[in-house]
Amino acid sequence: MVTRIPYFPGCTLATQAREYDRSARAVAQALGFELVELLDWQCCGATFPLSLDDSMALIAPTRVLYQAQQAGERVVTLCAICFHVLRRTQALLARDPAMLERINWFTGQEYQGVRVVHFLEILRDEVGWENLRARVQNPISMRLAPYYGCLLLRPHDEIGLDDPEQPTILHELLRALGAEVVDFPYSIECCGSYLTVKEPRISETLAQEIVASARECGAQAIVTACPLCQFNLEYPQREARKMPVLYFTRLMEMALVGAID
Amino acid sequence: MRTRISAARIHSDFVRQIEESSGQALLACNQCGRCSAGCPVVAAMDLLPNQVIRLAQLGIEEVLESNTLWLCASCLACVTRCPKGVDLPRLMEALRLISLRRGVTRLDLNALPPELVKALPQLAIVGGYRKYVK
Repeated sequence: MVTRIPYFPGCTLATQAREYDRSARAVAQALGFELVELLDWQCCGATFPLSLDDSMALIAPTRVLYQAQQAGERVVTLCAICFHVLRRTQALLARDPAMLERINWFTGQEYQGVRVVHFLEILRDEVGWENLRARVQNPISMRLAPYYGCLLLRPHDEIGLDDPEQPTILHELLRALGAEVVDFPYSIECCGSYLTVKEPRISETLAQEIVASARECGAQAIVTACPLCQFNLEYPQREARKMPVLYFTRLMEMALVGAID
Repeated sequence: MRTRISAARIHSDFVRQIEESSGQALLACNQCGRCSAGCPVVAAMDLLPNQVIRLAQLGIEEVLESNTLWLCASCLACVTRCPKGVDLPRLMEALRLISLRRGVTRLDLNALPPELVKALPQLAIVGGYRKYVK
């Protein structure tokens, strides 16, 4: 039986990061899920407003949550930033009825509540690592550095996906796929995020430190769940031998469905 | 440079505005410096993150001229580590908003290499406009 899960791809998975979207759908199918794209979605805004007097910035993510609510009791995301923005908006509106009323008044939509989950949580909590391991056709025989970045983990009280300082969810996933996991000290360091549009040289420096650290620790590739991390870490690399920065779903696809390139 | 510290500044509208916008109590910070010790961008900043808080506590508006506000990537590493529960990225955002609402714009895509702009993922552009332009 196929479990259908409402799915919000977000702007980047529909464009630059199509590989992430495509591979996730293939992996979901192989595991008995169908990611059902929301009918009428738009960008989540790509930032969670950190001030209390910037409610305009909550409108876009609340519209997404409303669209998700029309589709079911939960919505799954892949992009770490969409996940972060939607889960924090959901948490904020659940604890602040006045803000909820204000946003609903503005949008004219009756958003009440919906659960926001990351695809990694479905893999851990519904598929399970042992079950996943049993379905691997082609074990990944690579040394892989799991890179979590920031927004998938922090702030812990609202995101709660994993330990914010010593996460293991990607480690366990990669081990289940047969890979050798490389621990490296920059696993939860920021890649520079939006600085890449404002101060690209600074975000390049951060990226180079992260990539160099993974390389020193013996990694053959870095694994991420975030399209912005993927870009920030891979784009500035000018070495002849680049360190690939792969979406976890691509490795899963190789392991579960077969080699694709 | 001499900086005058006064009770009037400490109780100024500027300080009130930062606290209201961020939802943070500035005086909760006791300047332990853990935020600065773990900040990934600190090397490029003209003020340490904890120094930004110190100037804000004292109501010194010149803090708005610091590049630190614009280099904070909101990665939230400091939030995880602050022993006093101060949400420093919210303070940074409050300071950025005060500056942006005075008409300062901090993003110029035309200043970036065209090949970078072409390659950027959408969310970087959307996020950049939301962070650095009002």
